Amino acid sequence: MAEIVVQNLCKEFGSFTAVQSSSFTIEDGEFFMLLGPSGCGKTTTLRMIAGLELPTSGEIYIDGEEVGRRPASQRDIAFVFQMFALYPHMNVRKNISYPLVSQGMPRARVREKVQEVARILGIEDILDRPVGGLSGGDRQRVALGRAIVRDPKAFMMDEPLGALDAEFREHMSQELRALHDRMGATTVYVTHDQLEAMQMGDKIVVMNHGVIEQFGKPQDIYDKPATMFVADFIGSPSMNFLDFDGAVQPGSGAVTLDGQALPVPAAREAFSGGMAYGVRPEHVRISDSSAYRGRVRATEYLGTTQIVTIATPNGELKARIPSEQPARLDETVGLDFNGTTVTLFDRQTGRALGSELNEGVLSRG
Amino acid sequence: MSDFSVIAATPRQKWIAGSLVVLYAVITILPLVWIVATGFKSPADAIAYPPKVVFEPTLEGYVNLFTTRSRATPETLETLGPPDSWYDRIVRQYGMVISGPSRYGERFLNSVIIGFGSTFLSVFLGTLAAYAFSRFKVPLKDDLLFFILSTRMMPPIAVAIPIFLMFRTLGLSDTHLGMILLYTAVNISLSVWLLKGFIDEIPREYEEAALIDGYTRFQAFRKVVLPQAATGIASTAIFCLIFAWNEYAFAVLLTSGTAQTAPPFIPTIIGVGKDWPAVAAGTTLFLIPVMVFTIMLRKHLLRGITFGAVRK
Repeated sequence: MAEIVVQNLCKEFGSFTAVQSSSFTIEDGEFFMLLGPSGCGKTTTLRMIAGLELPTSGEIYIDGEEVGRRPASQRDIAFVFQMFALYPHMNVRKNISYPLVSQGMPRARVREKVQEVARILGIEDILDRPVGGLSGGDRQRVALGRAIVRDPKAFMMDEPLGALDAEFREHMSQELRALHDRMGATTVYVTHDQLEAMQMGDKIVVMNHGVIEQFGKPQDIYDKPATMFVADFIGSPSMNFLDFDGAVQPGSGAVTLDGQALPVPAAREAFSGGMAYGVRPEHVRISDSSAYRGRVRATEYLGTTQIVTIATPNGELKARIPSEQPARLDETVGLDFNGTTVTLFDRQTGRALGSELNEGVLSRG
Repeated sequence: MSDFSVIAATPRQKWIAGSLVVLYAVITILPLVWIVATGFKSPADAIAYPPKVVFEPTLEGYVNLFTTRSRATPETLETLGPPDSWYDRIVRQYGMVISGPSRYGERFLNSVIIGFGSTFLSVFLGTLAAYAFSRFKVPLKDDLLFFILSTRMMPPIAVAIPIFLMFRTLGLSDTHLGMILLYTAVNISLSVWLLKGFIDEIPREYEEAALIDGYTRFQAFRKVVLPQAATGIASTAIFCLIFAWNEYAFAVLLTSGTAQTAPPFIPTIIGVGKDWPAVAAGTTLFLIPVMVFTIMLRKHLLRGITFGAVRK
């Protein structure tokens, strides 16, 4: 198992920059998520770590060794593809044993290893079946088997659950996480699904347009987004942005929107100009005592909670409130915000302004 | 249920479709039946009018195909004593004796060497080129592919004279090597284009998986790409072989002796006394290798080996 360090990694395809000077460290045994919308460079980053793509510049260290220019076969990592890439002309057993055969491992030992892996994954009964007739989940397990059979230094997974049915994905993601916890292997996992990333990851890197937007623990990324992109990408519904023009001073604990003072965590930097008041839907309460008001535009019933869309003087906002709380269409309601959870953004650059809340998180990004 | 199905054919449609298939089969098979039958007729039956459908089969055509014969006077025949084999007896009926084997065997062998040799070479080179075109960044890739294809835009025989001169200068005229190279040159564009299509269809992830599993690119190609391209390779091989096997014009022009293939040789049999049964016999035997080859590879053509392994 190994620590993976990526330093100033760049990848250009002709004039297109897929990955721009990325740096991050994946600690030994970590389940690490590369998250972002399609085309953000997450898969390219993964493929560079795996050795399927050569970086234009920058370094990759696996276990302290610089491997950026080495062929994939010499990096001792395993890769699970989205479409599984099981060798169609071989049966399950041969698929799993293939990486061992390439190392010249004796037959008896190969058999033993394959049996062991099959037991871990619960696929002993399908070892002699051709891969063509397998169900999605079994194919996924065989692909995992082929990856873990070699005891590699790290696992690379490129949206391994992307090809599965929704209901099965849930099950497989738990299985994957459990497998990781048992083996303690460093895993780099690419996904565009923020829920999957939050659910499974120890750490998340959020990428957009080839740039790392934020890097950190799922909670930090959710609660303390470093940019408007991250705030918008993570969470469903995503963070609300109320646009306003104004100024903050270090230490100030409120901003003025539409003539009303709204609470914010104590600011750590001065800023004046176009800002966005970023608040998660669950931190908005409907309370008639509040002077900041908006009109109910729509409600979405979700069982225990409901999502209420409210038009405010600073833009539309969604609030997640208990289902039993009444919210009638076209009614004007007062809005209360949980000030300690609010992030202010510079609307021009999308950058989060430093505050008591995100202190220590932003400096790492 | 099926009465109202939109997809299932009605009995009437099935009947029409069936009749069309049968009609087509009759049209294509009839000449073959004619040739095979003529091979077993006597020369007189072969040219009988109206054509004889029922006739007494004889191996005369085959005997004539494989032998050269000379006319002998009755006196000479008597001194020879009774015929010592069944084919001797057939020849004696016409007052002839067998003077030796014919060239058919050699020509047939030439066809085998040149046909299969050029097929192997075309498919081998074509697979490597197609793989490179499919997987690597080749400078001017599209132009090169177009250039390769453009060699097929005119009938090959249009360049017969330059090739004739070239072969003469290089000493390739009437050699096996020359014919193999020529047929390979003609077939390779077909083979590159066909195989590129097949290899494009094979997801790169298979090779990438193999690369990560510790194999070199060549090993990945050999162990992962080739088995999956088998279907494409087989069908390409069939196309290449059919062309090289049946090619007539260049064979006439460039071969006359040592490297002459069967197609230019078979018509020359006719020169020896309007021997249609021998021509038909030669043609029948000539059809067999391609037929066997096609039937052998047929299961490859039909087997979708990648079925279900990839979820698209």
